[in-house]
Amino acid sequence: MSSSKNTLLIGTRKGLVVYEKRSSGWEYAGESFDGIPVSYATGSPDNNIWWACQDHGHWGCKMHLSRDKGTSWEEVDAPKYAEDDEIKDGVPATLKYLWILQPHINDDPNHILVGTEPGGLFESKNAGKDFELVRGLWDHPSRKGEWFGGGRDYAGIHSIVIDNDNQDHRYVGISCAGVFETWDGGRQWEPKNKGLRADFLPDPSSEVGQDPHLLVAHPVNQKVMWQQNHCGIFRSVDGANNWEDISEPGGVANFGFVITLDENDENTAWVVPAVSDEKRLAIDRALVVCRTRDGGKSWEKLTNGLPQTACYDIVYRHGMDITGDTLVFGTTTGNLYLSENQGDDWVSINHNLPMIYSVRFV
Amino acid sequence: MPVVKFTYALKRFYPGLKEVNIEASTVADIVKKLDGIYPRMSSYIIDEQGALRKHVNIFIGNSIIEDKTSLADKVGEHDEVYIMQALSGG
Repeated sequence: MSSSKNTLLIGTRKGLVVYEKRSSGWEYAGESFDGIPVSYATGSPDNNIWWACQDHGHWGCKMHLSRDKGTSWEEVDAPKYAEDDEIKDGVPATLKYLWILQPHINDDPNHILVGTEPGGLFESKNAGKDFELVRGLWDHPSRKGEWFGGGRDYAGIHSIVIDNDNQDHRYVGISCAGVFETWDGGRQWEPKNKGLRADFLPDPSSEVGQDPHLLVAHPVNQKVMWQQNHCGIFRSVDGANNWEDISEPGGVANFGFVITLDENDENTAWVVPAVSDEKRLAIDRALVVCRTRDGGKSWEKLTNGLPQTACYDIVYRHGMDITGDTLVFGTTTGNLYLSENQGDDWVSINHNLPMIYSVRFV
Repeated sequence: MPVVKFTYALKRFYPGLKEVNIEASTVADIVKKLDGIYPRMSSYIIDEQGALRKHVNIFIGNSIIEDKTSLADKVGEHDEVYIMQALSGG
């Protein structure tokens, strides 16, 4: 299958970088927000709206949208916690980080969900003019006592999955809390972490406190869900009711942040492993992508075109994407790699970008 | 009326930014009223709970404000208030 999306939005520590596929190949097509960290950028499915979430070091988290593919941007009010909202008793809640923005809920271009640190999910039905904190999740009895930070100071919602057939049926992935599911648009939520393992907890099988680094569902058969977890790679075939550890015993496909799926095959996925949580480094200082084609029963190493010595790259949770057979990933040291054949061969698109937080085809 | 002056760094977001006179008795009051002149500017200076952002400084004359949580510092009729960017980043 050929690539169907021809623009790449790259959220980096120094701004939004755009690449386009032209007759000559993938070419640099410009930037926005120069110098400002862009934690996540994405587009609506029809590519009529681009969204950029910023983590400005001085002036706070900001959100912008563009209706002309980045030629101009309009600032919208970022989500705000209310005066009485507390992270924990006595600790006022303030917006720390915009982790993810899910556009186009219920086929409405103005309906979005935003996952944040310190653990609030926000919903807007008017393209960011007003946000409402999803109270059912924020008020979940586990939040104050059992959610905690993973990699950042406080719990963060970094993954959102919407059921194509029933958009009130949603999942979120939270570090650290786990996977939560709602069937009523967000009023009631249940943890869905059976089978996961949190080796960093006194009780590794704890229902809450798991650390899914990224949660994704197969776009066609959404009961097939995957996660690159802090403690391995896990897969569910029953909509997160049960999780199976599909890590590679004795191999490299274990610890990492990102996982990407093949829209045409629910058994195929890619991860970019790192050494471990103690050593967040490229394994043997070599960059490797691992692919499974059998639902995680086996993993193959894909290294053709990737550096195999003196490499310190790792890939963050939103740092990989796919369209058709075209895979792309961006690394913490500013390298951007692309494969047109599902990862068999890789070429470098840029070695000199800033630290990359997110890549998304639009 | 106290006069409010801004770091040049905010001109990026507010190209027409100029010092302004604002009728106010506290720094919090000044920041709140800035939104009427420069939309959304308070969100650049304070968080949603009203605390000064970590890497922003506000001076009254040559003195940094004391209350960075609620910005209750009093301002006088002839005070100059400076909204500055802290030196941080990389």
